[in-house]
Amino acid sequence: MVLNIEQDYLRFRQIVRGKIKQDLKKYISQGELIGKKGKDFVSIPIPQIEMPNFRFGRRNTGGVGQGEGEPGTPLAPGDVDEDGNGKAGNAPGAHILEVDLTMEELAQILAEELELPRIQPKGSARLKTERDHYSQISKVGPESLRHFKRTYKEALKRQITAGTYDPLNPYIVPIHEDKRYLSWKTKQRPESNALILYMMDVSGSMGDEQKEIVRIESFWIDTWIQTNYNGVVTRYIIHDAVAQEVDRDTFFHTRESGGTVISSAYDLCNKIIEDEYPQDLWNIYVFHFSDGDNWSGGDTDRCINLLKSDLLPKVNLFGYGQVESTYGSGQFIRELENNISEIDNLVLSRIENKEDIYQSIKDFLGKGK
Amino acid sequence: MSITVQSRRQTLTPELARLNREIEQYARGYGLDFYETMFEVLDFEEMNMVAAYGGFPNRYPHWKFGMEYERLNKSYAYGLHKIYEMVINNDPCYAYLLECNHVVDQKLVMAHVYGHCDFFKNNIWFSKTNRKMMDSMANHATKIRKYIDRYGLEKVETFIDICLCLDDLIDYHSVFIERRPKHKQQAEEEPAIVKKIAASEYMDEFINPKEFIDQQKQRLEDERQKRRRFPEEPQKDVLLFLLENGPLENWQRDVLWIIREEAYYFAPQAQTKIMNEGWATYWHAKIMTERALNDAEVIDFADHHSGTVAAHPGQINPYRLGFELWKDIEDRWNKGKFGKDYDECDDYGSKREWDLGLGLGREKIFETRRVHNDITFIDAFFTEEFCHERRFFTYQFNPERGVYEIADRNWKSIKQKLLFSLTNFGQPLIYVIDGNFENRGELLLDHRHEGIDLRIDYAKDTLKSLYTLWSRPVHLRTIVEGKGKLLTYDGEKHLERKTDG
Repeated sequence: MVLNIEQDYLRFRQIVRGKIKQDLKKYISQGELIGKKGKDFVSIPIPQIEMPNFRFGRRNTGGVGQGEGEPGTPLAPGDVDEDGNGKAGNAPGAHILEVDLTMEELAQILAEELELPRIQPKGSARLKTERDHYSQISKVGPESLRHFKRTYKEALKRQITAGTYDPLNPYIVPIHEDKRYLSWKTKQRPESNALILYMMDVSGSMGDEQKEIVRIESFWIDTWIQTNYNGVVTRYIIHDAVAQEVDRDTFFHTRESGGTVISSAYDLCNKIIEDEYPQDLWNIYVFHFSDGDNWSGGDTDRCINLLKSDLLPKVNLFGYGQVESTYGSGQFIRELENNISEIDNLVLSRIENKEDIYQSIKDFLGKGK
Repeated sequence: MSITVQSRRQTLTPELARLNREIEQYARGYGLDFYETMFEVLDFEEMNMVAAYGGFPNRYPHWKFGMEYERLNKSYAYGLHKIYEMVINNDPCYAYLLECNHVVDQKLVMAHVYGHCDFFKNNIWFSKTNRKMMDSMANHATKIRKYIDRYGLEKVETFIDICLCLDDLIDYHSVFIERRPKHKQQAEEEPAIVKKIAASEYMDEFINPKEFIDQQKQRLEDERQKRRRFPEEPQKDVLLFLLENGPLENWQRDVLWIIREEAYYFAPQAQTKIMNEGWATYWHAKIMTERALNDAEVIDFADHHSGTVAAHPGQINPYRLGFELWKDIEDRWNKGKFGKDYDECDDYGSKREWDLGLGLGREKIFETRRVHNDITFIDAFFTEEFCHERRFFTYQFNPERGVYEIADRNWKSIKQKLLFSLTNFGQPLIYVIDGNFENRGELLLDHRHEGIDLRIDYAKDTLKSLYTLWSRPVHLRTIVEGKGKLLTYDGEKHLERKTDG
């Protein structure tokens, strides 16, 4: 039998992926489309590639069905074949195919398109962790881990061989020797953990649109970094005149007012890293988004010093994204450019609108750090 | 997802072979008549592959098969859908069994398959199909692969894409009817009569000299030629028209021909879906319950069978509808519930008790399976009694409540709707009217509007596909919201014009 389905299937995937590729910019700037579902998958609705032909438009003419009910009885929505309305032809109706891409695949496409280099973790080999996997069966163990099915099988086998099994009266009584228990095996694996720390300016000048940009961009950064490390921890800091650590939800939805003291956030960030994430065990990524309108020149100097002396030596990458805002002066990024542009693991990026997110991700992650 | 394509042609296990011989004997015993039938056993992945190819192991390369495969695999994985059986109209018939099926399921599937095979062989609508399609499909595949090697995947694939947009524009009945005389008759036409300028007889040869007359004759002849349309009659087989008249390269013509050939091959299966599935279901039920079942299998059989004929309130299940109609026909002809006396009897009680003991049922269903297709089948046998007994209804969308609800149980409107949905497979009727529209070599199509508008965005895209084949502007005459419209694609942009009527 000659089957070439593999070729055709790959071709289809290629076309679908090509479609994603072409539309990647669109997807990235319309971050809402991609919802992370469950643990590993994102669903991207791809209209199943459909050949346009001459066909009827919305019919709303109803159709023919079979069953009980008086005129006026509603039909359950799933029961109605809305497209074909009861026609018996063999053409399948229009379907929306949701292509499930694993985060891995999505990141792969992203990487291909943005030409992202694979991240080189630092100090990865040094650390090993041990994990227990319950993948074995053992004859001894606690009753709470008893494997019912295996136990039953053993008992059944024993009774059949012993001739005490009666098909007409199939009682199976396990005895001690029949019992089987789940058991574990300890596995070692090299650890390379990453911390992503997001900081965002939530002062009065950061509007919803700016936050939207930050949100979308952080999704893609997460996606990429997560494919490169086994364990990724994400922390969030918001700041106006003072900084505080918040959860993800608050991070994206809080709107404060008031002034901006960026150094407050850098201080807190430094403290978190210092206290909880020893730099020789963790790959640390820090991203800061702001509209670049700091309170005073003095504070900006302080920030620069903090970066130079404390933060930059500890982190793999420090990304500063400046979001365009009608209120901000945008001075901060210029100060950074003038003072510490030569340091390798500092990346500065200007994001004027959603279209720029694409380029900005490339800026941030293009270094392979 | 990793796919392993193994070329293991699995013949039947001795047990299945024994069952097959048994079932075949039962089927022949009932009078079913079929080509030799070859069974193969596939696992579910192979089954999905073969199903994605429409049952043929060797098809031309195209991503649509890959798409179908993914859909089948996914719906299998999520438990939405499972293919039990597949059978190919060919001589010999090929049928596939699912490896992991239970023995009782295999028996049922075999019985079902013999029903289909009998139908393929004996129903008139299949009589013109290619019975060596297995080989032809493989040839098509080889040809198209050759073109891909020569002209490149992109180019050939794009062309196939275009052809597939148009592959429903064929004339399903043309295989049975001679639409036009084989040799174009050179019908004697009225010679063009030149109107002379009025003059007295003696002046005539000066006022209407011979040169002038000849010139006029020539002019009239030219005009007549121009006026002459092609096609002479509206032509439903748009693909044939394009094949014969489109400015195509040879390989393109060949590909288009292949697509059209395959469309014609599959057409009868869509034309007789209700009858065919009903017939196979009728026979598997009969063979199983009267012959093949043993006591231990009754529950499994009942479970499977009831799944096959389950009713879904808002849909027509062709297995169920067909199955019930076949049983009804057999019952009516057994009892003589037909003809003038029966139709004119208006006593409900005696109609119900009607039994002349004719026993013509079996004969009648065999005759019916020979001559009908779904439309004539429904038209002839979807009786008022049947409709009411089996609780049919029409439904309608209620915009106020935002749901579909049961509209009525009126036999006439139910039947009409059912027939309409079967007409031309529920597709709009499109004809070629003029291949030289406005005397500029443009293509004019006509949509025979029957109350439902076309989907305009799709129609526009389809015109675009047509343009690629015709290379000149293409037009479609249709009706949108009660007003006549002419949709045009001229190679760069879409135009819409109002037309009269």
